[in-house]
Amino acid sequence: MKVRFFELAVGVFVLLGVAALFYLAVQVSNVTDYHDRDTYTVTAYFDNIGGLKTRAPVTVSGVRIGRVSEIRYDPEQFRAEVKLAIRSEHDYLPMDTQAAIHTAGLLGEQYIALEPGGDYDTLQDGDEVMFTQSALVLENLIGRFLTNMGSD
Amino acid sequence: MIDAIASLGRSSLNALVVFGRAFLFLLQVLASLDIVIRRFGLTVVQIYSVGVRSLLIIIVSGLFVGMVLGYQGYITLVNFGAAEALGGVVALSLVRELGPVVTALLFAGRAGSALTAELGLMKTTEQLSAMEMMAVNPYRRIFAPRFVAGFLSMPLLAAIFSAVGVMGGYIVGVGMLGVDSGAYFSQMQSVTDWNEDVLSGVIKSIVFGFVVTWIAVFQGFNAMPTSEGISRATTQTVVVSSLAILGLDFILTGLMFGAG
Repeated sequence: MKVRFFELAVGVFVLLGVAALFYLAVQVSNVTDYHDRDTYTVTAYFDNIGGLKTRAPVTVSGVRIGRVSEIRYDPEQFRAEVKLAIRSEHDYLPMDTQAAIHTAGLLGEQYIALEPGGDYDTLQDGDEVMFTQSALVLENLIGRFLTNMGSD
Repeated sequence: MIDAIASLGRSSLNALVVFGRAFLFLLQVLASLDIVIRRFGLTVVQIYSVGVRSLLIIIVSGLFVGMVLGYQGYITLVNFGAAEALGGVVALSLVRELGPVVTALLFAGRAGSALTAELGLMKTTEQLSAMEMMAVNPYRRIFAPRFVAGFLSMPLLAAIFSAVGVMGGYIVGVGMLGVDSGAYFSQMQSVTDWNEDVLSGVIKSIVFGFVVTWIAVFQGFNAMPTSEGISRATTQTVVVSSLAILGLDFILTGLMFGAG
């Protein structure tokens, strides 16, 4: 009886500890995001991706529908190739959807905002987003501002 | 003058002797670890007294540490208009530092001192010698199960501390100060990495658990067999393990996050 009580209490303790670790894995760090089930992948080419990182959110009107799954440099096009993994229930995006890289908040991370177009055909797995808008790079902006100042 | 130098020499020699004895003791305990597998029941009872009975203090302090982090983080972040980053601040500071370190300090105070006092009293009342008389090896019967119990309980307690702390931060940040609930967790998830942050915290807590139980069990074993000796050994356990935890934490943090 006594021994059984100890075993029970320790069992509960171990379960609690494992549950806490599980909580840290799922809720606090980002382990679960690795298996966003059922997604389709669209490719977008950007001239400049700024500080975009893999796993950054992909949003439509601010609603998160997927994430950036891969970023690499395409040596043929001389542009950055960004793969967007979009959850399959969001299969209504028109072919002429526009992708832009925005910044969330002042210190915030960069994310991809999609702007649906008016086409009847929708984006399928493996398709390419035709219209993209690069990230705002502060140095370029300042540079352009200075040149404009000079020409006046 | 010469006396002063001689006493300095004597105390350094004594410190070395104690350290050497602690190391030999550790080796002997490690050599008798097979008892843990052969009679797991002994260890279960120890996990109960070391781990389960520390749960309350760990949960309550975790909750309050998380809530204070929520307050202080919010007050600082809101100046930069970045109150949404609160979740990341709370989670990172808990998982990387406060979880393992504060848990280990509490563990030393709650469980370590109890271990030392128990073992010291066993030695004072000659229970250990009596066991040896009966050909029961006290290393196997007494020390090894306690050692393993402390070593196993620490990481679990630290994980519980961090998880409860995150909830405490949520209660204050989202419930009372009005940070957006989604932003709290999404910020947290975007800055906290499983391998880099959570696992390094777990490694820290395993190291701390090892060191604290080692110190506690050894101090009990090494206590002078008098009532004053027990009280001194108990104090020593808390002081030495707290210093060891803080020093080791500095070294571990340097190793884990410094080089990158």
